[in-house]
Amino acid sequence: MNSIRIRLFAILLAATGIVWLSAFIWVQQSTRAKVERVLDARLAEAGQMVSSLISDQRIDVARAPATVTETPTDGEFSPVGYSHKLSCQIWSLDGILVGSSKSAPTAQLTSDDTGFSINAIDGERWRVYSVVNETLGLRIMVGDSYTVRDRLVRDVTKGLALPALLMFPILAGLILFSVRRGLVPLEQMAAALSRRPADNLSPMAVASLPREIKPMGDALNGLFSRVDAMRDREKSFTSFAAHELKTPLAGIKTQAQVAAMAPDSETRGQALHRIQLGVERADRMVKQLLALASLDTGDGTSDGTCNVISVVKAAISDLTRVATDNHVSVQMGDRTDGKTQANAVLLTVAVRNVLENAIIASPPGATVEIVVSRDGEHCLVAVLDRGPGISGLDRARITDRFYRGNGAKEGGSGLGLSIVATALQRLGGTVDFDSRADGGEIVTLVFPQG
Amino acid sequence: MRVLIVEDDESLADGLSVGLRLSGLTPELVTTIADAHEAVAQGGFAAILLDIMLPDGTGIDFLSDLRSRADTTPVLLLTALDQVQDRVTGLDAGADDYLGKPFDLDEVLARLRAIVRRAEGRADAALRWNGLDVDPARMSARMQGQSIEFSPREFAILRALLERPGAILSKSLLEDRLYGWQDGVESNAVEVHVHKLRAKLGADFIQTVRGAGYRLAKDRS
Repeated sequence: MNSIRIRLFAILLAATGIVWLSAFIWVQQSTRAKVERVLDARLAEAGQMVSSLISDQRIDVARAPATVTETPTDGEFSPVGYSHKLSCQIWSLDGILVGSSKSAPTAQLTSDDTGFSINAIDGERWRVYSVVNETLGLRIMVGDSYTVRDRLVRDVTKGLALPALLMFPILAGLILFSVRRGLVPLEQMAAALSRRPADNLSPMAVASLPREIKPMGDALNGLFSRVDAMRDREKSFTSFAAHELKTPLAGIKTQAQVAAMAPDSETRGQALHRIQLGVERADRMVKQLLALASLDTGDGTSDGTCNVISVVKAAISDLTRVATDNHVSVQMGDRTDGKTQANAVLLTVAVRNVLENAIIASPPGATVEIVVSRDGEHCLVAVLDRGPGISGLDRARITDRFYRGNGAKEGGSGLGLSIVATALQRLGGTVDFDSRADGGEIVTLVFPQG
Repeated sequence: MRVLIVEDDESLADGLSVGLRLSGLTPELVTTIADAHEAVAQGGFAAILLDIMLPDGTGIDFLSDLRSRADTTPVLLLTALDQVQDRVTGLDAGADDYLGKPFDLDEVLARLRAIVRRAEGRADAALRWNGLDVDPARMSARMQGQSIEFSPREFAILRALLERPGAILSKSLLEDRLYGWQDGVESNAVEVHVHKLRAKLGADFIQTVRGAGYRLAKDRS
């Protein structure tokens, strides 16, 4: 039953039913108690009256019971229908029936001397009050049948329950109507959302929404803006990627055509050289894009961890040729116990890119230092170079995709540091950039050790 | 014909530059929008080859700026973004034509010639003067049934003169058209090329106006 309307309706109906039922039981109980009290009072009164009448000798003992039972008292419950069952017996103290009303059973009403008692006579339950007239040596018993009492209570409660039962369907209808009306804003919101075309990510108007669903509207707007931002990012990523891939291709094609039309071997040679550089650059771009795509989707990165030191050593040895070509040497410092672990694939990607950047940025003859250390639960890999560093303006955007800093060397994809940032993000760490006081840049990878 | 290339990719810009020069055009290369503004301010470009994604902004913005200053220099957009919407945006911003990367150098040259021709108000691709029928696409010409070939430099001078027949073009202006901002131009380079042209076209085709420059002789055809 996954409908707010049905649920609300059922809850409200059940709650109302329970309240009504409790009220009904309460009224029944209190009515019964009250009826008992009043009728008991009448019994006592009648008993006392018979006793006093026969004491005064105003009426004959034998006729006395009829007097009380046929003359209604002025009590609360004195309608004819209920009073005729009031019965009276007068017994002598030695156990002889002296007088009895017509309605009284032949058997003795009670064996108790005085006060109230409950007695079953001929299968009927009686409430009896007996009083002893000492002077005449008589015991007067006045009783009424529980049948009467029960009917009284039943009639009162029936009078209450019938209208309630008749009202219940009407109440149910009213509840259903109210629930429907109350949920109209939700339906309106759903209708507005379902009418929305897929490309419409503009925020919906929440000011007019009721307080209860306004948070949902706000949350939806938040989602819309996040999806919109992501879509924009993807869109700009696609157009950037198109530009970054097609431009080197255009360069290669143009250079190939120049080579074909070149009038001399010098022009042709230069064009062919440019083609080679262009192919290398396009290749690097494709590699970086694939690396980034696999980082983004999480493909191809196993969960296997590896010793950080061995990852760094492997990266250094991978980049030996690049370092030699640039006349740069790489030095590693190990300030760990050698047991630091991290995801091998992600860390390799990050370290390789940072180290390669540092080597390419360094002037010939310089040394790139790479230091692995620990800080509590975190592992730090710092790469220190003597290059020109990252200018203040570039620092904020340096990890943006396709962003190449001003004065960056030709041939970079603008993706290297984006890849580093994405890899570190997946490692649960960060990448920090700082300039060295005496020239150069420190790039620090900080990540929790696995 | 001087053409401004605004392209930040070194390899592509170099290819375009060499290709244009080999086709008898005079390319000037800039890599940023700021430099492009400066170059345009100096003037003298017959057309602009414009990339869209540049390090300091978009070519579209540069183009809008240009058009808002009533500069009508023909512009050929070169871009990797060749979705229909991108083309529409580029053309709406005031581009005369649009080429998606990667392109054919021949097509770039053909389109360049076409937008320049349109800007000059000519419908015919061929240039004619005094019995000379010039085909700019082939850097060749026909005269009295004879086919004549030109070197890129010779053709650049001939083209400059043909663009405004009868007008006197100074030696320094022709040097500019030949070499652009290149340094170390030999002082007699223009004379040498004019001399070669006269050898091919006849001594009277190009007249020397002493102290002023060169012009084409009157059309007698």
